[in-house]
Amino acid sequence: MRFIFKTDYDQDIKLFKHAGAKFWYAVLLAVAIAAPAVLGKYYISQLSFICIYSIAGVGLMLLSGYAGQISIGHAAFLAVGGYTEAIAVKMGLPFPLSLILSFIVAGLIGIIIGLPAIRIKGIYLAIATLAFNFILEEVLVRWSSVTGGNNGLMLDHAKLFGVAFKSTDSFYYLSLAILVIVIVGVLNLLRSFTGRSFVAIRDSQISAQSMGVDLAKYKTMAFGLSAGITGIAGSLYAYKIRFISPEQFGVMVSIELLMMIVIGGIGSLHGAVFGAIFFISLPELISLVKNYLPEAIANQAGLQPTIFGFILICVVIFQPEGIYGWWIKIRSYFEMFPFYRKATFKRTKTFMKSDRLS
Amino acid sequence: MIFFQTEDLSIRFGGVLAVNSMSFGVDKGEIFTIIGPNGAGKTTIFNLISLIYRPTSGRIFFEGKDLTKNRPSDVARHGIARTFQNIELFEHETVLKNMLVGRHLKRRTTLWEQALFLPKVRREEIMHRDAVEKVIDFLDLQHYRDSVVKNLPYGVQKIVELGRALCTEPKLLLLDEPSSGLNVEETDDMAFWIEDIKKDLGITVLMIEHDMSLVNRVSDRVLAVNEGCVLASGTPAQLVAHPDVIAAYLGTGENDK
Repeated sequence: MRFIFKTDYDQDIKLFKHAGAKFWYAVLLAVAIAAPAVLGKYYISQLSFICIYSIAGVGLMLLSGYAGQISIGHAAFLAVGGYTEAIAVKMGLPFPLSLILSFIVAGLIGIIIGLPAIRIKGIYLAIATLAFNFILEEVLVRWSSVTGGNNGLMLDHAKLFGVAFKSTDSFYYLSLAILVIVIVGVLNLLRSFTGRSFVAIRDSQISAQSMGVDLAKYKTMAFGLSAGITGIAGSLYAYKIRFISPEQFGVMVSIELLMMIVIGGIGSLHGAVFGAIFFISLPELISLVKNYLPEAIANQAGLQPTIFGFILICVVIFQPEGIYGWWIKIRSYFEMFPFYRKATFKRTKTFMKSDRLS
Repeated sequence: MIFFQTEDLSIRFGGVLAVNSMSFGVDKGEIFTIIGPNGAGKTTIFNLISLIYRPTSGRIFFEGKDLTKNRPSDVARHGIARTFQNIELFEHETVLKNMLVGRHLKRRTTLWEQALFLPKVRREEIMHRDAVEKVIDFLDLQHYRDSVVKNLPYGVQKIVELGRALCTEPKLLLLDEPSSGLNVEETDDMAFWIEDIKKDLGITVLMIEHDMSLVNRVSDRVLAVNEGCVLASGTPAQLVAHPDVIAAYLGTGENDK
């Protein structure tokens, strides 16, 4: 078992709480960097997708998991990021600047969408964001002079200082680097006043307000940041596919993003990454298993959404903390060995207050 | 200068006049208690002071400034902090993080500085943690520092909420039924702390309380309210003997005949 004795304030502040954590994250990063040397092109490509979805997941997690504002319209911000990138590059803006522009444009639109969130919450906010997703999809189709309508837009490879990220490996490294930057940035926010204010708004608006947290300001800020980060993911997505069209950013994608962070474990950044890994690897697993299934099931249309939905239901019922909650249980089993008891993580019912994560 | 004063404060919810033209003042450095039967409008007064409700008419003055025009999040900036009748903590966070939210208005760094976690952000964090530790020491909460709030016993949560309010370094502290849900021993501790807050920290306390033993022990002055109106005010001893107060709590007996 590990006991951390607090001897100075820095221990609460630093990113890695103990030497072990530092070591394991270093190992993880080393593995991620070494992956292209071992794995084939196809898998590296899937890893890039994991990075991209993780970025989008971190964005949505910041809003839904930390600030407690639900959104079923995040695919729209993905679209804004992707289209901004495509159009900016077409206009001749160099790559890192165009990425920053995607962040800003998606962020600004997020702030506008966040304005009604000052007044509405829960299910009503869900509907408002859903409606926004529909509207944006329609705008992308109709505004064909800029967006190319249903024909979509083509993109060239991302170019940084004249060097194109042509190969699968180089683009993977780019996605990984941006993912790391985004995660560190969000972690920094979470360990300072902004992040604590988000959590305060999530858990009790009335007392956040009486501590001096400006609800309107912080809610729109959460929307803006979340949308901006999702916009970055959208840009990378556009580069990855190299072709974007409105139907790639439908409501289903928004719902999938939300499912992703719930399955991963809402309320933690680990959850966003775990969710993305799950989300990308599930189709792989299904296609692997398919060979061993009876013909009638294996060739059934809609097999993947069915399994995805079934897993989501199981997670919500049996493991509301998601994959990350699972991870913590397994980790503490080994940390506490042999003292771990089944009841350690038994959920206790408290009748004092309702959960209000929405 | 008058420290804290309400002037003809009224609020109407539809046909109900929950607070009816109420005027009272609190002097700097005293413990002022509001008592009254259930539904008398006590918590409504607190919600009016924290500007969660907009008064229908009347004004609230604090240190000579009119608060009524401000937004709810500005009240803390003026130096007024509060606790809630049914605990309103950030229950998925640790005690330490709850209290750090109390330092919100003392922050000096911007969003982007925080995202990059510049050295000045780290210095600021350490400074605020230092301030929070002082409150933790003051309220003997060291043991619970890293516990998640929702797992703590009710009595401790009450103290944490008091601590979070203290972290804002208020001049006026509003306590909404500090002893509700506490056992005799915990109520005793609470009384000590309220006295300490007044004596050691020099913070003026305005509280709502039902437990008359606590009221008698700590209050300098008491205000009795019923049905949104002021019944009487004075020292605890005067109030307990006041005929209107007795009538409000126990009835007059005239209707029984």
